Amino acid sequence: MFGITALHLARAQFGFTVAFHILFPAFSIGLAAFLAVLEGLWLKTGKHVYLDLFRYWLKIFSIGFAMGVVSGVVMSYEFGTNWSRFAEKAGPVLGPMLAYEVLTAFFLEAGFLGVMLFGMDRVGKRLHFTATCLVSIGTLISMSWILASNSWMQTPAGYVIDKATGRFMPEDWWKIIFNPSFPYRLVHMGLAAFLCVAFSVGAVGAYHLLRDRKRGRKPTEAVRVMFSMAMWMAAIVAPLQILAGDTQGLNTLKYQPAKIAAMEGDWDSKTRAPEILFGIPNMKTETTDYKIELPFAGSLILTHDINGRVPGLKDFKPEDRPYSPLIFFTFRIMIGLGFLMFGLGLLSLFLRWRGTFYENVWLHRFALVMAPSGFIALLCGWITTEVGRQPYTVYGLLRTTDSVSSIALPGIATSMVAFVIVYFAVFGAGLAFILKLMSKEPEMGESGLDPRTPTRTSGINPGPAQGADSNVDIRSGKQSGHAQPAE
Amino acid sequence: MDQAHWLPIIWACIACFTVLAYIVLDGFDIGLGILFAVEPEKHDRDVMVNTVAPVWDGNETWLILGGAALYGVFPVAYATILPALYPPIIAMLLALIFRGVSFEFRFRAETARSRLIWDIAFFAGSTLAALTQGLILGGLIQGIKVENGQYAGGWFDWLTGFSIFCGLSVVVGYALLGACWMIWRVDGDLQKRARRHAKTLAVVTLGLIIVASLWTPTLHLEYMRHWDVWPRILYVAPVPVLVAVLAVLFWRTIDSEDHHLTPLLCALGWFFLCFTGLGVSLWPWIVPPSIDIWQASSPPSSQKFLLVGTVVLIPTILAYTTYSYWVFRGKVGRETHYH
Repeated sequence: MFGITALHLARAQFGFTVAFHILFPAFSIGLAAFLAVLEGLWLKTGKHVYLDLFRYWLKIFSIGFAMGVVSGVVMSYEFGTNWSRFAEKAGPVLGPMLAYEVLTAFFLEAGFLGVMLFGMDRVGKRLHFTATCLVSIGTLISMSWILASNSWMQTPAGYVIDKATGRFMPEDWWKIIFNPSFPYRLVHMGLAAFLCVAFSVGAVGAYHLLRDRKRGRKPTEAVRVMFSMAMWMAAIVAPLQILAGDTQGLNTLKYQPAKIAAMEGDWDSKTRAPEILFGIPNMKTETTDYKIELPFAGSLILTHDINGRVPGLKDFKPEDRPYSPLIFFTFRIMIGLGFLMFGLGLLSLFLRWRGTFYENVWLHRFALVMAPSGFIALLCGWITTEVGRQPYTVYGLLRTTDSVSSIALPGIATSMVAFVIVYFAVFGAGLAFILKLMSKEPEMGESGLDPRTPTRTSGINPGPAQGADSNVDIRSGKQSGHAQPAE
Repeated sequence: MDQAHWLPIIWACIACFTVLAYIVLDGFDIGLGILFAVEPEKHDRDVMVNTVAPVWDGNETWLILGGAALYGVFPVAYATILPALYPPIIAMLLALIFRGVSFEFRFRAETARSRLIWDIAFFAGSTLAALTQGLILGGLIQGIKVENGQYAGGWFDWLTGFSIFCGLSVVVGYALLGACWMIWRVDGDLQKRARRHAKTLAVVTLGLIIVASLWTPTLHLEYMRHWDVWPRILYVAPVPVLVAVLAVLFWRTIDSEDHHLTPLLCALGWFFLCFTGLGVSLWPWIVPPSIDIWQASSPPSSQKFLLVGTVVLIPTILAYTTYSYWVFRGKVGRETHYH
């Protein structure tokens, strides 16, 4: 059927479901840490603005978390349905790591999420803060296991291959987990998750600053604090991320030279290699067309040495080369966004120093359009690293063609259609709910668990009692209701 | 005996425990979704959802653990069962997506119409999840065609009269768990109606258990061998007897104002006993009738590595799960606003 095989569809389906899924954990990792910081600041300073912001972002977190859970259930089973031969061969190594992820992270997150979302008036401040921290720690542990597994597929270590069955047999778990690319990927992904949330929070802050300005209102303290915290994150983390990306590049050059060649669009291996800024790699003619080059920069960036040798795709047999045209561009989008983030961070520092941080419209507009930048960069980076691993599932050892299940094309096509429809419907609705919550300003006495009126106005659901036009009355009502924070 | 013999046995026990924990914990909250069909009032549905809102995703995590542990310790079974049961598994995953997000979305819906849509999604997702879990169970029990260690059957081999019967049974059984959960966690009229639903569902469930007990042994002759061999029958005879004992206890407490938790415990007991009976029949196969737990195992190094952590972590998880249930204990009424 149109030259499409079950392998193509299996790859497309996996790519599609992972691409959706990866956004939610990234959001949860960053946002859980942000929530822990906000609650910690509230407990330390007693300032109500931090509690308001905590409750404001908690609602958004709960939606994102639920979507992460349900899209994650899919991942747990998809290795078996579409990639059963991979599951059988790599299962002895990867399976226990994924099981450890569930045991050490998922249960921790899910177990204390209930307390974090609904337990403030049942367990007291300190225990509640502990629950928030545990959820945040859970997201970080989860990320560590997933990156250990993924890094092992990129730079396998600590295994022997069983001659009879072709299965990977674990030999040294320490080497498997702390495989050569794991530390670099972990740092890069962790910083990416923090940047995703920094720019989301920053954009929400910027949106309300711009809207308040348009309406001639003074921005509330909550909006200013939110925007300021996000811009500090951007200013500190964006440059760190550029450094982290650079060290991961050195690591990839050492262990996955074909990936580097494909990312760079280089065909012939050479020293004093130029950096191709733009071009269109052509896998058939083995050239990169229309290229704009920066002399010597390729060697300098990749090897930190002007005489360094940069690999070319022709070093590898045609059937061993990753598909360059796709990752050439995703890599450049990621880098470009990284430098824009860095630029926004610098601009924010400069305007802070000038004292126009909360007034400068251009800063706020810039921050607003950068809202999805973290997620787009994350997806592009992920495509670069995963497509760059091709044509292998376990780099250099197990080919993708030898990994797929022996399933029929119509079946996998049907499930593909079902996934696309359901994901767009469900996660589209989720995004709409999140944007709706973001479009409202954080209020004083946010999410008022008002003890006097036991109706369903507790904030997360926008019940009819919370009409937007009666804002002022509700606010003053809530303030008095909040004289003693619920314990 | 060597570890290549014992480790798979230990892991088979842990796997059984995981599946059982999933059924016990997620069964009732899926059951609540099924019961949405008979509770048309918004505030009643809100109360029902609020009884599980703080704990549902912990419950569902057992299903993720089941997948991941199967992948890690029985990769051959994982790689055979999942392609064989591809359509019901995909359908289950999609159903769980709708069900899972409905928890959050239904409270945020601002119009009556969109709230109704997410209520329907919650009901349909829960019912389909239960149905497909039954289909998967039935598909596994009736046997999977394997050649050269790979699935060798067709696309719809799983779809038989027996698997459909199992699917419907799980829907009824989960609805029973849901009704009994409500007896425990709510009061007033809603509880009264739950008692009535529970009675009907219990009768049907007991009937289905009897049919399943008679039908299953006819699928494979091997399934009978643990049941009719003297003296082994002595060890397994208590299973049907205990089902009957629990039935009597259920009937004596279902209408009693003094008992709120007992019906749920009886219903859970039935599930536990059915599961035990099934385990006795299937042993030692993991993919009947061709792959046993030793053939399906990953190397001892993988099983040992995971076992070390599991021994410590599962009790820890059970401890803080209990804590979480304790925090949100007590009757849930209309005043309890978790959302």
